[in-house]
Amino acid sequence: MTDLESFRSETRAWLEANCAGEMRKPIRSEADICWGGRNWTFQSDAQKRWLEVMAERGWTVPDWPKDYGGGGLSVAEARVLKEEMQRIGARPPLTSFGISMLGPALLKFGTEDHKKHYLPQIARGEIRWCQGYSEPGAGSDLAGLQTKAEDKGDHWLVNGQKVWTSYADKADWIFCLVRTSTESKQGGISFLLFDMETPGVSTKPILLISGSSPFCETFFDDVKVPKDQIVGEVSKGWDVAKYLLGHEREMISGMGLGMGGSLGAATKPQDPMLRAEIAAFDVDALAFAAMSERFAAMSKAGEAHPASPSMMKYAGTELNKRRNELAMAAGGSEALEWEGQTGATAKTWLRSKGNSIEGGTSEIQLNIVAKHILGLPGA
Amino acid sequence: MSLLTDDQKMLQQTAASFLADEGSIAKQLRHWRDIGCKDGFGHGLWKQFAELGLTGICIPESHGGMGLGAAEAALVLEEIGRNLAPSPFLGTAVVGARAIEGTAHGERWYPGVLSGEAVLALAVDEGPRHAPQQTALEAKRQGNGFVLRGAKQFVVQGSSADMIVTAARTAGSPGDREGLTLFAVAKDAKGLAVDNVALVDSSKAARLIFDNVSLDADAVIGEVDNGWQPLSRALAVGGAGAAAELVGVASGAAALTLDYLKQRKQFGKFIGEFQALQHRAAHLYAEIEIARAAAFKAAQLLDSGDEPAELYVSVAKAKAADVASLAVREGVQMHGGIGMTDEHDIGLFMKREAVLGELFGDVYYHREQVARLSGY
Repeated sequence: MTDLESFRSETRAWLEANCAGEMRKPIRSEADICWGGRNWTFQSDAQKRWLEVMAERGWTVPDWPKDYGGGGLSVAEARVLKEEMQRIGARPPLTSFGISMLGPALLKFGTEDHKKHYLPQIARGEIRWCQGYSEPGAGSDLAGLQTKAEDKGDHWLVNGQKVWTSYADKADWIFCLVRTSTESKQGGISFLLFDMETPGVSTKPILLISGSSPFCETFFDDVKVPKDQIVGEVSKGWDVAKYLLGHEREMISGMGLGMGGSLGAATKPQDPMLRAEIAAFDVDALAFAAMSERFAAMSKAGEAHPASPSMMKYAGTELNKRRNELAMAAGGSEALEWEGQTGATAKTWLRSKGNSIEGGTSEIQLNIVAKHILGLPGA
Repeated sequence: MSLLTDDQKMLQQTAASFLADEGSIAKQLRHWRDIGCKDGFGHGLWKQFAELGLTGICIPESHGGMGLGAAEAALVLEEIGRNLAPSPFLGTAVVGARAIEGTAHGERWYPGVLSGEAVLALAVDEGPRHAPQQTALEAKRQGNGFVLRGAKQFVVQGSSADMIVTAARTAGSPGDREGLTLFAVAKDAKGLAVDNVALVDSSKAARLIFDNVSLDADAVIGEVDNGWQPLSRALAVGGAGAAAELVGVASGAAALTLDYLKQRKQFGKFIGEFQALQHRAAHLYAEIEIARAAAFKAAQLLDSGDEPAELYVSVAKAKAADVASLAVREGVQMHGGIGMTDEHDIGLFMKREAVLGELFGDVYYHREQVARLSGY
């Protein structure tokens, strides 16, 4: 037996023993996702236990180094773990912006102290992070942001406002883009980390068309941030910001996969015209799933173009919007119901409209592909 | 999974440089078209395929071939598509070779395929749309053999082929999977009339009339009445192969178009500076990447024998045809007037896409398969 085969059989046995049946049921809604954090209320004992045992092995972040709370798995081992989890339908033990966004940025740009301090907390689900990027005047033109951080000797003094801050009202800490210089647009941005309980930080949820409030307005009024809570050099945070955006886009592109499975099999369309459209969609969704596997393999192997997350994000989110349009059509008048179990169809449909806006609009992703991959002039 | 091995990368590079040098549009497609070649491809290039060992790509090593799979064939086919290189590679080295694998017909035909002398073809379609289950061509037992009566069409390179793998009905009715049998029909079989038909892309396909063609029992490939399985296997490698070639066609058309966007000026600007075109070019890029991933996954699944192979072949063929169609339509449109001329190559991509899109089932056929295989 090769090392990888024995890793597989050990992993299979371990998962069998440690992943409770309840944690193998498909995720039906937001409530089934474990986000962690100081104020997290576990949905069940099983959810709590699943996070604990996985975190103990470093398997909430299997490919991070062991020193920082990860599993230290090789690319091949991490894939085996993923396959074995998929095989039994195991839910992710922890989902967080710390794992999918900040962690990779800290691994690349953080100091040793940053990594030792922040990464294990992320791995164990102790600190929930939010992302302070967009501002009222800086959406697609993100580098136009105005929230300012002044150097006050022993601390940064932060003033300004962020918007579309996902789960800011539930987060413990924020990774935040601030302006430390006005000399150049992209060259005056710094990347700060601070506690949302710091005096001067306040949040206000925004009610969306979907009826929920995943996003907030976030205000900073004379917020004092210790000097060492900066990632990367002063005014060179744009590189960190862009790198993190790549990971954010990669994460959002996963929307293209939906909940897995065929839309046609789930909706059993009787109308032949709708069936044909759904079959066309299923072709695109399965092809995208193949692309997603390929992209993950290329990323791990360092063969992916740095701008390829933009391509993935564009394709995945447009696909998810189409999936939701078709699910609405398949559901007919029942899909219009706003409450109870059936109400989820309409809410999910409306929420999906944000997919091609958050993390950079589809149009911005196409600009990036045109410029950085295709090399088109003036893009 | 999903990334190329070192051997595959090497094969890809070999195929890419060989086809860019020897299989170029000027040297092959236009040359043979303009002199009115009856085969629609050059035997010289096919001999070069043989010298590189590529005609034996899917022939087992025990028979002197490379013993490789659909994934490796896909890498070569993408380069063929990119250069619109006319050749019997898909029909002979991939589909034909696979259809007779493990049979006495393999022993008979592999040497000729390996040397680049033999051309094989597959005769399935009997109407204008691909419907293999509807096969009606009748094969009636007579004495020790069979007598075939009926007609086939869209038999790619059928008039150049030395042997035609022919799907016929030995039992049951059109629509049944049971009762099909594959036959190896030699080109000079008595009673076989071959009408060479020129297609829109200057390739040749044949209409075949079987007027009481008598065949010995040993002409049967595999088992009598159980031809569906080997036929669908041949159609699957064909579908995956056509998908890979379509990805090449799409990539070639997109590359030409991208070059044009970077050199054509209007209103004092490169037209590639206009966002209206940039976004369409970027969208096309994403679609081609996705189609390539789907085509390669289908080929890999065929090689590993994993269960969703049949599903992914249909996904790949439908997606690749869809995307290649987008690539050639955008290509002609973005080239403007020059794109409508015969002198420019972009129109040749449009013509080839149309034929490959139809081969082994079009987008609609394969969407239907995806729906059926997904249980709705």
